[in-house]
Amino acid sequence: MRMLTSGNIACAEGALKAGCRFYAGYPITPSSEIMEYMALKLPKLGGIFFQAEDEISAINIIIGASWGGLKSMTATSGPGFSLMQEGLGYAIMTETPLVVIDVMRVGPATGQATKSAQGDLMQARWGRHGDQQLVVLAPSSPQECLDLTVKAFNISEELRVPVIVLSDEIIGHMRETVEIPEYVKIVDRRITEDLSMPPFHSDNPREAPPMPILGRGLNIMVTGSTHDEWGLRDTRGFETHFKLVRRLVDKIKLNAEKVFEYEKYNTENSTVGFVSFGSVARSVKGAVKILRGRGIEAAYVNLKTLWPIVDDPIIEVAERVKAIIVPEMNMGQLVWDVERIVGDRCIVVPLNKVGGGEPIYPSEIVSKALEVIK
Amino acid sequence: MRDHFAAKYLRVELLPTSFCPGCGNGIVMNAFLKAVEELGYEDLKEFVFVSGIGCSSWIPNPYFKADSIHTLHGRAIPVALGLKLSRPELNVVVIAGDGDIASIGLEHLVHAARRNADLLVLMVNNMIYGMTGGQQAPTTPLGFETSTTPYGNIEKPLDACALVATAGANYSARWTVAHFHRLKESIKKAMGRRGFRFIEAVSPCTSHVVRRLKIPVSTYIKQLREGSVLIGAEEGIGKIVIGEYADRDEEGFMERMHKYINRLRG
Amino acid sequence: MGGGFKPYVNIDRCKGCSICVDVCPVKIFKISTSPNSRGYYYTTIVGGGCVGCRLCEYMCPDFAVYVVEDNL
Repeated sequence: MRMLTSGNIACAEGALKAGCRFYAGYPITPSSEIMEYMALKLPKLGGIFFQAEDEISAINIIIGASWGGLKSMTATSGPGFSLMQEGLGYAIMTETPLVVIDVMRVGPATGQATKSAQGDLMQARWGRHGDQQLVVLAPSSPQECLDLTVKAFNISEELRVPVIVLSDEIIGHMRETVEIPEYVKIVDRRITEDLSMPPFHSDNPREAPPMPILGRGLNIMVTGSTHDEWGLRDTRGFETHFKLVRRLVDKIKLNAEKVFEYEKYNTENSTVGFVSFGSVARSVKGAVKILRGRGIEAAYVNLKTLWPIVDDPIIEVAERVKAIIVPEMNMGQLVWDVERIVGDRCIVVPLNKVGGGEPIYPSEIVSKALEVIK
Repeated sequence: MRDHFAAKYLRVELLPTSFCPGCGNGIVMNAFLKAVEELGYEDLKEFVFVSGIGCSSWIPNPYFKADSIHTLHGRAIPVALGLKLSRPELNVVVIAGDGDIASIGLEHLVHAARRNADLLVLMVNNMIYGMTGGQQAPTTPLGFETSTTPYGNIEKPLDACALVATAGANYSARWTVAHFHRLKESIKKAMGRRGFRFIEAVSPCTSHVVRRLKIPVSTYIKQLREGSVLIGAEEGIGKIVIGEYADRDEEGFMERMHKYINRLRG
Repeated sequence: MGGGFKPYVNIDRCKGCSICVDVCPVKIFKISTSPNSRGYYYTTIVGGGCVGCRLCEYMCPDFAVYVVEDNL
């Protein structure tokens, strides 16, 4: 089925398609449409919609619902995302599957509620205290909003980890044709109804342990404290903690190849390259066309996964071009990754513009490229 | 020979508990488990306990031989609510302290009471932040010396039971550990009820409250008994008001949610 | 005489809080002069005449004291 719809609605449709049957959230511009759409659709599918008293409550409610066995999600923007960080840390520590959509807006603090930005990248990856990792996906079109939300649920169920879909106001509100497929591949969490295997350990560091079901007399202990493989709290020992946190981190790192998604365009004659994500990737594509018209071949990497990152596509471009430009609607966040990955293969030039929701126009990207090439 | 009556509901291999000698947590555990026993439960299979952070939150996790979720500070109620919404057949019980429920978690408490969410919340009130070393709590009496009010508390304490009753909960009651029988009966009554049920159990914190008063804990417990008045009686200054603040039987949140979904599905 | 009850103390669980000493209506308990393996001065039974009220069992915060049927 095809519909002309916004990125926000497409995220919601993707969630429903992936089997999401629980939504708890708090309204916040520019993500509220996701919530309102779920309020309309979920109950009709027998799912549960709940408006919480704030974002802290929302993230904790979906943690409870996930442990109850339902695929759960919430949607928010910067200020609400900040409030949810502790809850996300808890979900990582207890290996609770859930999906959070952050439709980015100008920050910090209240910023400009209705204006797009890309300033939550580092926060999405690192916002929790302590050692932790999760997965961050970044759509750059309404279609990708749907596809990547489905993917987010699948990854979250398979790896028993929260997944962030990092959208922005431009993508969230723009309207394009979206194909809602009849069938999508759905991954359900592995469950266990007995305790033959410990619920918080896996011999294979790439795999999450099966999730036990509550209310079956298994006497499961779920805790945010450091715990052993059976969930028993151990706030003293070195070994218990190191083993746990090593496994939580490796679970994401070792699945990088599996989870990493990107778009790349790179020809033999590329002289300049771009690395970007989200709505800026659209402008980059436009810039590449304009440059080609002027006889300049440009390469680009559009990152659809912002964490974990596989370096290869960016390295390939770096080995060919004189410079990589990193346009982003923030004061410089993705550029740090690119600098690290590229090393001294070529120069890395940031292009930062944020405020008023003004996109980075293809013409601005072209100007920067021409400036850099000289 | 038999073991203590509560042993069948506990992870006895973890005893003795890490609670201080004379801590009221163990007495509250006894009252709760005696209520459970008298209601006919042979084990805790039908329950899921959710707790926050603090000494009282350690009651179900790890000591109860049951499913338990030990959450973030103040967030036991939302996690319990999410769990109950997704698994209505489970008996979801929150056990946590006054710092967890009535301070950082106060917002969630009020809204859950307002919604008449189908949860039983047992708040162990020792009038202090015990686990972190004896700091002031919103329930600390006026004038009391704590580690952050070393010259006397200048704030009036919160009456959580009254707040919960006003917000619309079906059941709200306060007892002390000195009123073992009444506490146990109140828990039994609340278990059979729908909607939001809130029971506050005033309890001694040996290390940070009783010790400051320089009396043995058994004397403190006697003082809890003598210093209590039943709700409705003429209040003396500085008395602990015990009794039932609310005793209603209105539709709980799950019922309303159920009707809402059924109406939409035709 | 004798209700057929007697208290039992699980010495290793006892933390010597003395609540049982205070609540027992027939004053059966007294704190010992020697500590248990954890260093707590545990409660001991020094009298007979247990009436089986179980106040010690209900008020013991450590599940260390309870009443058993005394089959003579």
